[in-house]
Amino acid sequence: MERIPILKMGGFLLITIQVDMHDRLAMTLQNDVTDMIVKTRARGVMIDISMLDMVDSFIGRMLGSIASMSRILDAETVVVGMQPAVAITLVELGLSLTGVRTALNVDKGMELLRSSIERKEANGAFVRD
Amino acid sequence: MPLSVTESLALRSSEDVVRMRQWVRARAVGIGFSLVDQTKIVTAASELGRNILEHGGGEGHVYLDLPTHNSKIGIQLTFEDKGPGIADIEQALKDGFTTGGGLGLGLGGARRLVNQFEIASRPGEGTRITITRWKGP
Repeated sequence: MERIPILKMGGFLLITIQVDMHDRLAMTLQNDVTDMIVKTRARGVMIDISMLDMVDSFIGRMLGSIASMSRILDAETVVVGMQPAVAITLVELGLSLTGVRTALNVDKGMELLRSSIERKEANGAFVRD
Repeated sequence: MPLSVTESLALRSSEDVVRMRQWVRARAVGIGFSLVDQTKIVTAASELGRNILEHGGGEGHVYLDLPTHNSKIGIQLTFEDKGPGIADIEQALKDGFTTGGGLGLGLGGARRLVNQFEIASRPGEGTRITITRWKGP
């Protein structure tokens, strides 16, 4: 079955979406990410969408669900690399991606994940063994 | 290149929606749409294509034309299904209204992404939606 690969990098999961996703592929990704968070005890998930030339409400909803599910599993999600034309279109479509954190590129996304995980640990919340 | 020929594609699965997006993108590039205009028409098409799968009896057709008006060229897409139809079009166009599992942005969102939007529907007979986006100034 066709799948979007999920790479483990340190304590993070990295997903680069490089194909024009049909709906089933998007649903599979959602399940795979949550499985991987539990299996690898990842604290952060980065989704690189720089190759996506379109985000419609379905894909937007999938990004939102991944972020919410990850949060419940104590992992932070950041979506990186959105193309400007995609951002303009999303706003006109009416999708604000509430609850989804974004960064301009992979480096900035990594910084964001690191700092928010450090902050969480400093607050003593959700301490893991 | 003959521009007045109508092309069509059957929509039966989400793979067909992906094919349709690539097809619309190729035509938009072909007539010189800007990247933003390409993205808008492709996104609108994606919303309406998925609508057919979810609400249009799961099957329909999309027709593509390249009309000209006042020396401007555009892309016109017509989505037709023989599904249950829409009882209250006003309501269906409101953001957040959904009878499926989605966000209810499909129709209203697609309308905001194009220059012209026409919808005709009869309960029990089906729905036809025509959208047009003109090439920017």
